[in-house]
Amino acid sequence: MDNSVLLGAYVFLLAIFLGVELIGRVPATLHTPLMSGTNAIHGIVLLGAMLILGDVDSFVLQLVGFLAVILGAANVFGGFVVTDRMLEMFRKKPGAGQKR
Amino acid sequence: MIDNGRDAIIDLSYLVATICFIIGLKQLGSPASARRGNQLASVGMAIAVLATLFTRGMENHLLILLGIAVGAAISVYPARTVKMTAMPQMVAIFNGMGGATAALVSVAEFTHKDVIPRGEGISIVLGTVIGSISFTGSMIAFAKLQELMSGRPIVFPSQKLINGALFALIAVLAIFVIALQDVNGARTLLIVLFLATLALGALLVLPIGGADMPVVIAILNSLTGLAAALTGFVLSNQALVVAGALVGASGSLLTLLMARAMNRSVANVLFGAFGAVQGGAGGAAAEGGEALPVREINAEDAAVPLAYAQRVIIVPGYGLAVAQAQHSVRELADVLSERGVDVRYAIHPVAGRMPGHMNVLLAEANVPYDDLYEMDDINDDFGKTDVALVIGANDVTNPAARSDKNSPIFGMPILNVDEATNIIVLKRSMKSGFAGIENNLFHDPKTTMLFGDAKDSLTKLIAAVKAA
Repeated sequence: MDNSVLLGAYVFLLAIFLGVELIGRVPATLHTPLMSGTNAIHGIVLLGAMLILGDVDSFVLQLVGFLAVILGAANVFGGFVVTDRMLEMFRKKPGAGQKR
Repeated sequence: MIDNGRDAIIDLSYLVATICFIIGLKQLGSPASARRGNQLASVGMAIAVLATLFTRGMENHLLILLGIAVGAAISVYPARTVKMTAMPQMVAIFNGMGGATAALVSVAEFTHKDVIPRGEGISIVLGTVIGSISFTGSMIAFAKLQELMSGRPIVFPSQKLINGALFALIAVLAIFVIALQDVNGARTLLIVLFLATLALGALLVLPIGGADMPVVIAILNSLTGLAAALTGFVLSNQALVVAGALVGASGSLLTLLMARAMNRSVANVLFGAFGAVQGGAGGAAAEGGEALPVREINAEDAAVPLAYAQRVIIVPGYGLAVAQAQHSVRELADVLSERGVDVRYAIHPVAGRMPGHMNVLLAEANVPYDDLYEMDDINDDFGKTDVALVIGANDVTNPAARSDKNSPIFGMPILNVDEATNIIVLKRSMKSGFAGIENNLFHDPKTTMLFGDAKDSLTKLIAAVKAA
């Protein structure tokens, strides 16, 4: 097993423990926004798509990479925007009324 | 020299991005800081994307920017305009896109090298498998929640056999791809593996009922995180590894919390439908035999006990979300409060289609946070309550979960609505809930049913309470 994968495995394990600790005591109210927020964060896979597309020559692979970049970017942008809209509603009451 | 500096800046940017994710995730865990947390994470993402753009040796910059622009264009508008009720399916579809990205990245990474070391081969195979299961699984979850297909569990003969065979095929292919190391020999195998896991993802989610979709989405969300981390192994990108692992871990924990709220194991959620086929059919036949009586009521008559009650507990469910009735319910609560009625809300942990679904909706209508009570905090108070007003909630109020050992939801904690002096149920029709089972609460002599769209019914109730 080469070193970079081994290093990755260490980092991975530590991050797993960190992830569990970070959201250990989250009130049920925040479960949905939290799921949505983490959903946006795993959009980080966009980086992988960019690195692939930036590194390939053949038409087929460019097509695959391009598709991956689109989907990854949609995950990132959509995820953060949806989460923000959910959390916008947790503000303190801005007075009564506010209807759509 | 210059290039080294550039590499260092890029690496440091990834580090900063990773810190943003960690702190952002931490802040997402508390109501006061959650929005800032999400924004911080998005800043981290922007930094990471910029750093990647400037990575040495990158080509096709225009194509990359175009792809990002297209991705943003197709996602931001629906994300901004989607109704709050449709949030769960939005999360599902964005999650599926992430899964697809991870799978495509894995496949492409495999294909454009000549020889793949074993460590990378394992990461690539796992990334492909997990990413594509997450993709098609999420799409089925989306279709079920969007009601493009039936929310009922879909089971067909020899489903177990097909899933088992597919699973075996995938395992064999995976071993071959990893063992071969030579890309040219394994390319076709990997593509077959990719297609097989796409099919498996769909087949795994089909037999799961719509009511369990929140747990399914949490699992798939966690899987996509893992798939992202795996692509990080292959690309030696620690930001990918950390962010993916954080999501994988927090998503798994969230899955457990949600399954626990329903008093079920995750395995039971995922594979429950298979065992339940025969039992469910028999139960339905028995129920169909006798038509139990229900008492129907009109809005004027329903308004009287509400208007002269001392204590009212409102029990919202998915029907409230469907009817977009969150503003109406708050208005009713305001009208009742003005008359001196003590109005509180009882929130079942899995009411709606996602945990916290009701909290988000009611928060949108500016219902004070302090009026929302979680199940354990309010369940003992139903006995002292004059009217329990059930709005489009069903399975979470079904007393069968306490008493009927044969009920599929037996053991799930429920709101003790049946202990209230009067029960008024707002419901579209006598159709059963997502679990597809009869609710004896509706046949309780203390229960009256007000049929119709929740928003219409509430509007009529408000007018009637004002007149009472």
